[in-house]
Amino acid sequence: MPGATGDFLLAAPAQLLVSEEEPESELDHAPTEPNPVVVIAPGGGPVCVGCGAQRIDADGYCEACGRAQPRPRDHQERALAGVTGVSDRGHRHHRNEDAFAVAATSRPGGSPAVVAVVCDGVSSATRPDEASQAAADTASEYLLEALESGADPKPAMHAAIMAAAQRVEELANEGPLEPSRNSPACTIVSAIAADGEVTVGWVGDSRAYWFPDERAGSERLTVDDSWAARMVEAGLMEEAEAYADARAHAITGWLGADAVEVEPHTTVFAPPSAGVVLICTDGLWNYWESAADLGAVVPADARTRPLEAAQELVRFACERGGHDNITVAVLPCLASPLSTPYTPTELSLPVLGAGEKREI
Amino acid sequence: MARLAKSNLPQFAVDIFQNEYLAEGAREVNAIVTVTATGGGTSGSVSAQPVNFADGPDAAVVIMVDCSGSMDYPSDKIRAAREATAAAIDAVRDGVAFAVVAGTHEAKEVYPGGGQLAVAHAGSREEAKQSLRRLTPSGGTAIGTWLSKAEQLFHSRRDISIRHGILLTDGRNEHENPNDLQRTLDRVQGHFTADCRGVGTDWEIQELRRISSALLGTVDIVADPAGLADDFRAMMENAMGKEVADVALRVWTPANAAVKFVKQVAPTVEDLSGRRKESGPRAGDYPTGSWGDESRDYHVCIEVPSAAVGSEMLAGRISLVVPQPDGTTEVLSQGLVKAVWTDDIAASTKISPQVAHYTGQADLAKAIQEGMEAHRRGDVDNATSKLGKAVQLAHESGNEDTFRLLAKVVDVVDPKEGTVRFRKNVSEADSMTLETRSTKTVRVKKTP
Repeated sequence: MPGATGDFLLAAPAQLLVSEEEPESELDHAPTEPNPVVVIAPGGGPVCVGCGAQRIDADGYCEACGRAQPRPRDHQERALAGVTGVSDRGHRHHRNEDAFAVAATSRPGGSPAVVAVVCDGVSSATRPDEASQAAADTASEYLLEALESGADPKPAMHAAIMAAAQRVEELANEGPLEPSRNSPACTIVSAIAADGEVTVGWVGDSRAYWFPDERAGSERLTVDDSWAARMVEAGLMEEAEAYADARAHAITGWLGADAVEVEPHTTVFAPPSAGVVLICTDGLWNYWESAADLGAVVPADARTRPLEAAQELVRFACERGGHDNITVAVLPCLASPLSTPYTPTELSLPVLGAGEKREI
Repeated sequence: MARLAKSNLPQFAVDIFQNEYLAEGAREVNAIVTVTATGGGTSGSVSAQPVNFADGPDAAVVIMVDCSGSMDYPSDKIRAAREATAAAIDAVRDGVAFAVVAGTHEAKEVYPGGGQLAVAHAGSREEAKQSLRRLTPSGGTAIGTWLSKAEQLFHSRRDISIRHGILLTDGRNEHENPNDLQRTLDRVQGHFTADCRGVGTDWEIQELRRISSALLGTVDIVADPAGLADDFRAMMENAMGKEVADVALRVWTPANAAVKFVKQVAPTVEDLSGRRKESGPRAGDYPTGSWGDESRDYHVCIEVPSAAVGSEMLAGRISLVVPQPDGTTEVLSQGLVKAVWTDDIAASTKISPQVAHYTGQADLAKAIQEGMEAHRRGDVDNATSKLGKAVQLAHESGNEDTFRLLAKVVDVVDPKEGTVRFRKNVSEADSMTLETRSTKTVRVKKTP
């Protein structure tokens, strides 16, 4: 856990659900809010989120209605100077299989460096929640050490993802075997902001985006390791057609013992203007697939109020149904002194409105 | 895990096997609960280590032997019964309290007499065997009176916690109103356990099963009286291996949930649903009797209120409890049965291999019982179809013992399809053996 890095846990969103109703009605009601962390009765002590009973057993279930009580990973928020992360279970999955890590440190010269890692556990594999947590923690710790020792961010990112892959691979031998399921596996996306540049690395379909303050010029920085992305890349399908296919979200790259070969992608980006780099799992981007659509829901003040922006995005995804776990990390950026006049990289997917002309 | 203060008591482990994933709207949760008791110091086998007798064994046994007139026809039955009782007496451990009762239309104490239990040692065992000459056939059969007598004898030593009966009969309970027998069973159940044996083929399976079920024991046929001695010895050794009595399976369910059934499914099928005793808010105890070093499986089926996809609830908390002298109960071990609603169809449609297996074993027992019942009514078509299904289930699940018993009653044409023909001239002994042992199950085959 990245506890030694000076980050702190935020207080849970206050929420009181003391109810006199029968548990059944509460259980059936479809929630739209992010998950509460702990609900405390007026007199103190936890209260069941299902029926309001004030008796929670040692295993974390209500002694009256049996409902599982919120677990720490159901909703997590961490905010540091320079990087913020929020993760939520959503409403359709019973546990949060996403994990994230955010950390801040400094380069040997004293300039600040921040790191964010977001991982999405593969549900069809065994113990996906452990895989994502292990990968996020391992990559984050690796990056912190590398940055502190002055390593070049890009090779450090590559090595950090390989270290995370190794850790997830080891997990396969550390827990109970489920013969009918695959080895623990997860995706990873990570961003480093240091020395005026943002370095992004990823495996799988968790994404990174760049949203300048004015939003024009929003772009996706990653290309999914997914069936749909492959189809589009190979020119076999239009993007809309590919993403409408049932196989669209089948990932073609992941961390895990059964991954044929882990090939981390990395890209380095010098922000041309002030804005935010956002990394997230598909629990968020599923609802706003393009950079333009997602950029439209990212709060305008995301750079100055990154925690509120991340909370807001999680809330929006929950309102849309919260079909998957949702994890968002936000890295506010200023215009980079290294920024040359903007040139789209081959990975960039610039969004141009009708008639809009981009200044190059 | 909880530890009892007394030595030589087994440790209980509870393992839950289930697929906790439910489809949207689904309400039924099924789980197999494997309870394993280990480390009791004895296992009921002859080679078992002797227990520490410092405090004397905490066990009593009463052997009830049918001495109705029919035991003399043929007379090798009563001779075999005497020999078997002698073999059982030899297997009684030093210090165990015991008695022998002769059962007819009334119950007579054969040994030691005077409404007492004897304490086993070389001398008392010899005396008891000598007294077996007094097991002479004459009179009728009223099993309720035998059970009442056993109850009285156990009551003379209320300090003893493990109380077990062995009951042998060769005929129907002809000299007693079935309601009287039922009343006796209602009164004595929970006070002692008992294994029942029918010798020959003139006794009634349902009747003896009702008794053994009520008294949480086994029922079996000894078609040939020559086999009685071995069987009695084995039963007594099994009884001597018991270390803790009055263990109950406690099932807690949440508000608005209901227990649909609780069945023992291994080593035999035994529906315990009707035996529930409320033991607290939303909790009930199901008696399991005495335990030595052994393992049993239970199938628990719970109906829960349906919840939204993404919800998780505790559908049941299953614990093993044992009463304490001060009136409280001690929890020996426990496991959790969960329900998780998901829209992942692959997850929710997967049936737990253990649940599937024991559902099949319970169906197998039912198919045999229904098939034999149909055969008695002369409905050969129905009987053939039921036993065909039984053959199929026994074959699929690898229940070889039951398959062999079935093959003595029907010709198996195709075990996979369950195609069978009733054999001509099936012996009464084979029919009764099949039906009596229909509830014997096998455990889940290990997956490779």
